[in-house]
Amino acid sequence: MRLLTHNMLSSNIKGVTNGFPLLIEVEKVVEKQVDFNEDFLRNMFAKIEWKALVEASRTMGYTELPENSESSMLNSDEFLRKFHHALLELHLEEGALVCPETGRKFPVNKGIPNMLLHEDEV
Amino acid sequence: MLSRTAQIRLMSSHPEVYDPCDDSFALVDALLADRANLVEHHPSICMEVGCGSGYVITSLVLMLGEDSTGCHFIATDINPHAVGVTRKTMEAHGCHAELVTTDIASGLEMRLAGSVDVMVVNPPYVPTPEYEVGQFGIASAWAGGENGRSVIDKILPVADKLLSDKGWLYLVTLTANNPSEICLQMRKKGYASRIVLQRSTEEESLHIIKFWRDLDTQLEPPIPTITPNGSSGGNGFLGGGRNY
Repeated sequence: MRLLTHNMLSSNIKGVTNGFPLLIEVEKVVEKQVDFNEDFLRNMFAKIEWKALVEASRTMGYTELPENSESSMLNSDEFLRKFHHALLELHLEEGALVCPETGRKFPVNKGIPNMLLHEDEV
Repeated sequence: MLSRTAQIRLMSSHPEVYDPCDDSFALVDALLADRANLVEHHPSICMEVGCGSGYVITSLVLMLGEDSTGCHFIATDINPHAVGVTRKTMEAHGCHAELVTTDIASGLEMRLAGSVDVMVVNPPYVPTPEYEVGQFGIASAWAGGENGRSVIDKILPVADKLLSDKGWLYLVTLTANNPSEICLQMRKKGYASRIVLQRSTEEESLHIIKFWRDLDTQLEPPIPTITPNGSSGGNGFLGGGRNY
């Protein structure tokens, strides 16, 4: 699971109002090289919750992202490379996503988060 | 030449997962026929709901070719075995999509709202008793409840929420699903539609419908009727000003 996907997921449990971002429990992180595409990063930048990405990448052991971001930073190649790495190349292979409100864990196995709910959570 | 679709010999399988069949091939053929438009469309996010064995999402990544590096692919399935098979199928083809085990797009709806540029759906469309719907395992690949519409009718509002302003939806339907009624329902939400492929197999008559947002849609003449033998009246367009 890429951190881009983490940035798009929130807790889907019935009654939860602050389900984003999900906390990450790391068992295993893998890095996979992904082709660099500047246009894609520019398109995604507006959709990303920056703070959640910074926190998530730190949890995964990557501390290079600046605390705050603004669109002018997209002119910097160095910034784009870091953004690219954090967003696409860090994968949570094994671990869990944790609902920030209830503590309910959604397992991540072989890089796939399981967001299925129990009957009493729907 | 590189293959533009997933290859059967590279497909993974599992007893609890639906293998690619006529409906999957029809959807991929419809996407291939529309490939030039898809490339031109420059989607940033493509999504498949109900990826099953992974044949369709893998084919979509492959057919976008070099353009796929500018796109994020997401696929979901309610059946964990299916998501696992999709993962293996994609690895065998050397491509990547982000996979989530979930019911339709649960957990993604809030943050992905208005962001999906291309959505493909081969839903469970077979008319079955209602109690067979939503069960885990392979039955989730086909059990569609009354008229085969139970899951389709849940997916349509989710698609409406997730699709971007320029978003396109490709949906597999059966004559028994009453495709013209589906088009009418989507039209009320502001979507134009077109039947991009029709195919009659020994067992069923399939229609692949493409939907896109169109503000002029409600001004258009009545929708074409689709008869049980699979032929559509009119020219199959349900469009407004633009036509895809």
